[in-house]
Amino acid sequence: MAKATNTEVIDLLGEKFGEQLFDVTEPYGLLTFSTTKDKIVEVLSFLKENAKINFNFLTDITAVHYPEQGKIAVVYHLHSMVSGIRTRVKVFIDENEPTIPTASALWNSANWMERETYDFFGVKFEGHPDLRRILNMDDLGVHPMLKQYPLEDPNRVDKKDEYFGR
Amino acid sequence: MKHNQPVYTDNDPQSELVTLNLGPTHPATHGVFQNVLQLDGERIVSGVSTIGYIHRAFEKIAEHRPFYQITPLTDRLNYCSSPINNMGWHMTVEKLLNIQIPKRVDYLRVIVMELSRIADHIICNTIIAQDTGATTTFLYLFQYREHIYEIFEEICGARLTTNIGRIGGLERDFNDIAFAKINKFLKEFPVALKEFEGLLNRNRIFIDRTAGVAEVTQENALSFGWTGPLLRSTGVDYDVRVSEPYSSYQDFDFEIPVGTSGDIYDRYLVRNEEMWQSVNIIQQAMEKLKAEPKGIFHADVPEFYLPGKEEVYNNMEALIYHFKIVMGEIDAPKAEVYHAVEGGNGELGFYLINDGGRTPYRLHFRRPSFINYSMFAKMSEGMLLSDAIINMSSMNIIAGELDA
Repeated sequence: MAKATNTEVIDLLGEKFGEQLFDVTEPYGLLTFSTTKDKIVEVLSFLKENAKINFNFLTDITAVHYPEQGKIAVVYHLHSMVSGIRTRVKVFIDENEPTIPTASALWNSANWMERETYDFFGVKFEGHPDLRRILNMDDLGVHPMLKQYPLEDPNRVDKKDEYFGR
Repeated sequence: MKHNQPVYTDNDPQSELVTLNLGPTHPATHGVFQNVLQLDGERIVSGVSTIGYIHRAFEKIAEHRPFYQITPLTDRLNYCSSPINNMGWHMTVEKLLNIQIPKRVDYLRVIVMELSRIADHIICNTIIAQDTGATTTFLYLFQYREHIYEIFEEICGARLTTNIGRIGGLERDFNDIAFAKINKFLKEFPVALKEFEGLLNRNRIFIDRTAGVAEVTQENALSFGWTGPLLRSTGVDYDVRVSEPYSSYQDFDFEIPVGTSGDIYDRYLVRNEEMWQSVNIIQQAMEKLKAEPKGIFHADVPEFYLPGKEEVYNNMEALIYHFKIVMGEIDAPKAEVYHAVEGGNGELGFYLINDGGRTPYRLHFRRPSFINYSMFAKMSEGMLLSDAIINMSSMNIIAGELDA
């Protein structure tokens, strides 16, 4: 099978989705773009099913919290083992209403990755078969990777960041 | 079901099924994880995996640590092959900072990484043997893990959680004793591995227990995100060392062993062959080192490479750079980078987002054990309990990497 390149991938995607894809960049050679919550499953399944680019492998799902923008970015890393290229898809969702459709129908591995993302960021994956906490205990009550939660007890006086130059 | 709470058999006289809490601390599962199994006699009907018993919030901690202080956190992911994690993290930061590493450092790193791959595979394969009843083979080969740790001790002073290397290279050169120990290991280990294979590869009992057990198709393996020896045992020749060479792996001549059916026997054979390939790679690296200029063990990047203590105390420039690095006054680009290395269990990825501050804005570890393990409960359905135990051993689930 012919090997696809980043340019071909983005051309194919642009043809199919047009304005639905934005913020296309290539940091360190890894094709990165954003899409919307409504289109994400369609984009992922297009990337997976298209015979030319064939991103058959879901490497990772995680999230990043940007409190200044009030957003949580859900980040998907896909890998095309045939072409040997990777791509990164981002969806920015509102931190007050963190919902996104699940990708677990496309890849079984998405099941636990989404559970982990839910556990740490509170992102609710709609349609997920078993959305429970995975690493933290059920009665934790918060989603600890959100930026508003400090690492240590903020009342401690001996571990203030300013004393350590951070 | 609630986390952390055991599930008891409801003693319903009508029910034929027995509920078994396998774990969290069960001697047959090598690590801290729980599986609540519904058993029909000896056969597993269904299972639920509960993980997170040794979760230590490394990703949260990493957001509050400068880059050089994150290395000890990576040690504690897959603690059976810490150096691979260390190197993977250093290479991620070096990729972010666009640091060019000299060839000699690359080769030294390859030696360390392949030694730890052997250590990792020794653990997995001897444990499979142990769980099928072959304690002798376990003892024969396990002592070579000890010899590998002695080499690590010579290189960096630590054995298990090694913290080898720095951003930009290694913290010190290999000394003569280290090279002598590596040469001794290269001479003795193949003999022992040959003996190990002789005891197991054509052993009727071992084959009966492992061949055809827990077979996995390529489609399933890819869909569940398997990487590393597990994926290769199903016949997919994916290895990060070859598909995206890092640390000059492109200079080496080695093969990727693949299996056919993905059963436990194939996983065992793939890991064994990988140990042979690793020995081969280390031999090549030792040869290549002879052609490289001696004494180079780090890149010449004083603004990122933490200088040695004797230099800090005696040399003004080193003191200034030391101060700047420790106080976080280095300028790292605002960027995001994903870097993957081939760990003992598969693709170990680091997703680093840097906002130009002293600490990462976000660091995510793609942990192969975590992703590989998600299939375990599903796989166990219909399996005999004793087969499920060997299946777990052959997946080489390391609790530290599973829970991060």
